[in-house]
Amino acid sequence: MSDTELNSMDENNRSAKYSVGIDLGTTHCVLSYLDLDSAMEDPTAEVEVSVLSIPQLTQPGVIEEKEQLPSFMYMAHESELTDSDIALPWNEKPEDIVGSLARNLGSKTPIRLVSSAKSWLCHGGIDRHADFLPAGSPEEVAKVSPLDATFEYLDHLASAWDNKYPDYPLTEQEVTITIPASFDPAARELTAEAAGFVGFENLTLLEEPQAAVYNWLHACGDEWRNQVNVGDIILVVDIGGGTTDLSLVAVTEDEGNLTLNRVAVGDHILLGGDNMDLALAYRVKAKLAQEGKELQTWQIQAITQACRDAKEQLLLDNDITEVPIVVPSRGSKLFGNTLRTELTRDEVKEALVEGFFPEVAINDHPRAARRGALTQKGLPYAQDPAVTRHLAEFLSKQADAASDLINPTSEDNENTSNEAMFSDPLAGGFGDTASDSFIKPTAILLNGGVLKAPALSDRVLSIINQWLTEAGAEEARLLEESDLDLAVANGASYYGFVKQGQGVRIRGGLANAYYVGIESAMPAIPGMEPPLEALCIAPFGMEEGTETAPTSAEFGLIVGEPVHFRFFGSNTRRHDESGVQLEHWADDELEELPELQATLPAEGRRAGEVVPVRLSAKVTEVGTLKLEAIAVDNADNNNTDENGEPERWQIELDVRD
Amino acid sequence: MNFDPASLPSTIDMLHLILAVLAVVFFVLFVTKKSSPQASANEVTPEPTPVAEPTPVAEPKPAPVKETPKPAVLKEATPDAALQLLTLLQQDARFIDFIQEDVSSYSDADIGAAARVVHEGSKKTLTTYFDFAAIRNEEEESRVTLNEGFNASEVRLTGNVVGEAPFTGTLIHKGWKVTNIKLPKLAEGHDTSIVAPAEVEL
Repeated sequence: MSDTELNSMDENNRSAKYSVGIDLGTTHCVLSYLDLDSAMEDPTAEVEVSVLSIPQLTQPGVIEEKEQLPSFMYMAHESELTDSDIALPWNEKPEDIVGSLARNLGSKTPIRLVSSAKSWLCHGGIDRHADFLPAGSPEEVAKVSPLDATFEYLDHLASAWDNKYPDYPLTEQEVTITIPASFDPAARELTAEAAGFVGFENLTLLEEPQAAVYNWLHACGDEWRNQVNVGDIILVVDIGGGTTDLSLVAVTEDEGNLTLNRVAVGDHILLGGDNMDLALAYRVKAKLAQEGKELQTWQIQAITQACRDAKEQLLLDNDITEVPIVVPSRGSKLFGNTLRTELTRDEVKEALVEGFFPEVAINDHPRAARRGALTQKGLPYAQDPAVTRHLAEFLSKQADAASDLINPTSEDNENTSNEAMFSDPLAGGFGDTASDSFIKPTAILLNGGVLKAPALSDRVLSIINQWLTEAGAEEARLLEESDLDLAVANGASYYGFVKQGQGVRIRGGLANAYYVGIESAMPAIPGMEPPLEALCIAPFGMEEGTETAPTSAEFGLIVGEPVHFRFFGSNTRRHDESGVQLEHWADDELEELPELQATLPAEGRRAGEVVPVRLSAKVTEVGTLKLEAIAVDNADNNNTDENGEPERWQIELDVRD
Repeated sequence: MNFDPASLPSTIDMLHLILAVLAVVFFVLFVTKKSSPQASANEVTPEPTPVAEPTPVAEPKPAPVKETPKPAVLKEATPDAALQLLTLLQQDARFIDFIQEDVSSYSDADIGAAARVVHEGSKKTLTTYFDFAAIRNEEEESRVTLNEGFNASEVRLTGNVVGEAPFTGTLIHKGWKVTNIKLPKLAEGHDTSIVAPAEVEL
């Protein structure tokens, strides 16, 4: 047998040399990687994970290598920069500017800056394929879609990688991209689509809190089995620059081995470190206004930056009581026009610790209901800035998240409490006893740059422990996480190794059950919408690579015309099988998602003809949800392909108007 | 070619013995000559060798022969790197703005406020692009001893510089050494002389 044959055999098993984890953050991207070949040679040895230094423009014509690539894109004016100003090591004439330079230029010309593409990707109220970013900028500024921007960031990472490892193109490696656990199916699909444009062959999407757990597992090595026990519930709190992401992981036993199960994820909360920096900046602005100093926009931006640095010092465990905030003039005259004030420890504590992490009771939930997803033009930022209230809501809402796994007897209780809710629709929201019950985490894993500040992480921990103590439960312990900025990327690249059958894998599957809305057949009553029923098409916990049987309910699709479905998700209804039709549900149980759309091509059919279909769901290996309409096999029409299989049509998760 | 082990002589005759001894002697000569051309004191066998009679410590030759000094090759610092550092300091620390202003007409409070900008920014620049290490790890103002062969470019002797190593003295400044430089790369054709572009807001 020749060498080439041996190599090709090896490649059949696994063509990728590296496992690459990409943290596609709201404000920063990080790429981390590990060498699968050497890791698989000796799986017992400690696996080494490295972070790629990403070459990027920091100023016109200046290239630096940084571990983070800021997730910004700048739509430059034609007379702004020369070709040599934006040349990259791998491209003399790039068309787009991303990374540090984009952020730097955008700080002075915000109308040309594309930011928070990730948050837009998860915004159901807009057509996410449409070119509208930078949002609200003049017409002549070139626009891109959130999808394009996501592609550009990934493409830059891929070029940077290929530049360093020309023999191992990134598209051929085992790539794991992380996404918020709260991403809806459409946002997942769009992320996969952007990655598809880059050309990744082996792609997996991984939830960020899970990636944080993988990073912890990697850091612990075999030691993790001594740190958690069967019955433990790990709460992952991940507060990044733009979003707060919550997840619960239950520790169970399977044939004598400890197993991790991701049992619940939180809602999508647009609340993060950026909000905190802004809050401080506006506080400083108010203080200066009292002194009779009016600030211009550029000064507020400069103050925000200064506050970010000051915050980091003041939230540390030290004796510093105040940090000066200085904003120099923009002109070359530095003296005289420089604005000076200070930020004190008390102010930071009041604005951040009390403002974002107030001490609240477990039944104190976010004040304003999140606005309906279809009504706003801007990003749906969280209305209530109190992270702890969101946390309280999550823990209360997920009170039964682990009961199937850890304490199966309580299932009956859940059913009775649900029935009680239905019988009295007003019962919710009045502080009844049910809202005092919550899931009691026994261990906490913190992640995200915000929680690097001891004052904030201590507060999160102390509040959760206060809730636990009041409920008579034991205090939760903190699992030590290393380097919170890089944890997600590192965890993702480690996951690529776990996927090869090494180490422990977190069981997850869908963190939501999904439903389509059906108007129930009943006589119309003036002034009342026909009642809506929800048909479950994808059950909770449905695993990657599985498919549901087509529903028994049939829908009529009109040939050549887009047909819309109302679409719902629930992160609490764990027992609805596919095909179950709900007539009632509690208000906060089902959340309406952007509607679905199916269009039947008109070929071979009469326009306007109605084709009966059934719906089926599939979770791909990548981790995205695919919904299909399958023609009902009637003898008298031709809804089958050449093989006699019923025809299938993809249902669009992201509706393009 | 055949080789018969039985044909080896069981005894060594005189001629071969002399040959063997000569071989050893010449080998020793060869080795000592190679390792000690300047009579370094290590392991030189005391055997008097007919090769070179090392002259005793008669080094200071009062020969007044005037030798023409060989011109030293000086390396020219590239202006690009210097200009790049100026640009970075101006960007983050407003360094040029600060130095170019006439401080005499401003109050100490004004200068202090501006100095914070310069200090914070300069610090950020230096820590981002350079890794620094102290050359001596002892406390300043403590007594230190320098052994023979110390690196004269790392440690500068001052004051009463007499005698032989080891030298003992007071550490005045611990010294700084740049252990790593990560200066940004520049695009071909990038004009480094523009350390701060003029800014026009539309």
